[in-house]
Amino acid sequence: MELLMATVIAVLTSCGVYLLLRGRTFPIILGLTLLTYGVNLFIFVSGRLSPGSSTIIGVGEQYADPIPQALVLTAIVISFAMTAFVLVLALRARAELGNDHVDGRISVEDVNS
Amino acid sequence: MSHLAIAPILIPLLTGILLLLGTGRPLKVQRSISFLSVTAQLCVATALIVGAARGDYTVYALGNWAPPFGIVLVVDRLSALMVFTTVVLAFFSLCYAVRNNDKPADSLHSVVHFLLMGVNGAFLTGDLFNLFVFFEVLLIASYTLLLHGGGAARIKSGLHYVLLNLFGSSLFLIAAAILYSVTGTLNMADMAVKVANATPAQIPLLTAGALLLLVVFGLKAAMVPMYFWLPRAYASASAPVAAMFCIMTKIGLYAIIRFYTLVFGNDAGALANIAQPFLWPLALITLALGATGALAARELRLQIAYLVIVSVGTLLAGIALNNTAALGATLYYLVHSTWVCGALFLLADIIMRQRGATADRIITGPAVRQAVKLGGLFFIAAAAIIGMPPLSGFIGKLMILKSAETDQQTFWLWSIVLLASFVMIIALSRSGSTIFWRTENRVAKADKADRGALLTVICMLSLTLVLSLAGDPVVRFTQALAQQTMTPSLYINAVLGHQPISRAHAPGAAHD
Repeated sequence: MELLMATVIAVLTSCGVYLLLRGRTFPIILGLTLLTYGVNLFIFVSGRLSPGSSTIIGVGEQYADPIPQALVLTAIVISFAMTAFVLVLALRARAELGNDHVDGRISVEDVNS
Repeated sequence: MSHLAIAPILIPLLTGILLLLGTGRPLKVQRSISFLSVTAQLCVATALIVGAARGDYTVYALGNWAPPFGIVLVVDRLSALMVFTTVVLAFFSLCYAVRNNDKPADSLHSVVHFLLMGVNGAFLTGDLFNLFVFFEVLLIASYTLLLHGGGAARIKSGLHYVLLNLFGSSLFLIAAAILYSVTGTLNMADMAVKVANATPAQIPLLTAGALLLLVVFGLKAAMVPMYFWLPRAYASASAPVAAMFCIMTKIGLYAIIRFYTLVFGNDAGALANIAQPFLWPLALITLALGATGALAARELRLQIAYLVIVSVGTLLAGIALNNTAALGATLYYLVHSTWVCGALFLLADIIMRQRGATADRIITGPAVRQAVKLGGLFFIAAAAIIGMPPLSGFIGKLMILKSAETDQQTFWLWSIVLLASFVMIIALSRSGSTIFWRTENRVAKADKADRGALLTVICMLSLTLVLSLAGDPVVRFTQALAQQTMTPSLYINAVLGHQPISRAHAPGAAHD
């Protein structure tokens, strides 16, 4: 279980970082999304892996830490909103700058401005 | 229990919502609501700073959940001073926006208030994850503000800013999760206790978490090598937004001060002062590169943005010195540099409007219409930001320089800070003389500067005079602040010793 979790987080994070280093906005946004998935799983396991236990004290013999579950919900909501925002921004940049490169178009006006 | 501590978060939140609901209303109504709110915040911030100056901690447990389980807001001298600095800056930026801003200001006011909510919240919270949430609140408001007005340049620099900060947020979450998994708490005071008693097996993970957080805060503070997003973003933002953004780098600096004095400060046992060895060289490199950038900049606003980086470097150096005198001096300089940089951005906008198509490029162009008035103001602002006597920049810089302890520190700090100041003199006198003196023989067709806008800049610049005239009480306050901040046990005792209000005393209990 630990090995599986660690591998999944590692693969998600490394794919995310690889895509982040690309030059175009679409792969970068995909990379950010993968990275946030990795991060969300990471927060989730920071409360330790305890299969089959609920987050309520006194119900069973073991209980799972509820805080990381609350944190991961917050993180998911925030990253979801941010991804939506950056998608719209990337579309706008594509329209304004004429291409989807993160540095925009290299033209005479840009060099002078 | 007084609810004053949460007012700096609630007032802008409610104002922002109100302004969003009234989007179609006349501009006059929106402006009056906005001003009413920012004046109320100014009163609250003053009350907080007066209360904090006595040296007590106000701990506000949200929902009456006792710390360390619930989220707490903590008002001490440091957070009260930061909130006060922010609100003053916001007040003047809004004054300028009303007098001299492009008309499509329909959503500007509400977003500014959401930004204020995030900034004030980040300064007041005593919980690590809550700090992340407030960072996100202020970031999404800042994304919108940065793009306000549109245009290719803003979109391009905005895209860099947004993507970098999203990556920064992910790092913040990783760091917070690491620290939580080891200490089992998110309350910063409780975390400080847990870190001080860490077992040797926990130390590697705690180190990783602490240093990852330093990367995140360094990104916010525009520390080398993470400052490349700043100059373009600030130079392309509209003037009131750029002025408001002068507080943004200071949020990163505040977080560094708070976190690395409280959780990983002097009392943290094996992990004491973990960040300082990294901060010291990075601060000096930031300082040097900022000054070089100011010299190389070909636009006035870009130059001012580099001056922001120079001030960040100076402040980081003061923090890295890690003694009480240096921290007091740093905070004095922080207030000064925030206000003066804000004034400079506004002034640059006024100057730019009188130069026709030349705008703010530092090249020979048409003469500025009100050359004497604007040139005089530019001279004062430049003297203040460089740190020439008798203005407050000089006092702040001198105090930081004097607080270096070892010979090696003195050597590096004095040589780099003084060289950077010299380079700033060259850069600013070059841009000032090019803009005001080496002009073509004609005056650009432009309106005279708006009286209110000019008055705003004059008032902001006179704040630096106030800071130096009232130097003694201000310095005594910042020294007391440094004393308080460098003694983390006070903070820890105040937060962990906080008792929730018992139901018997709660208002309305009689009705149950």
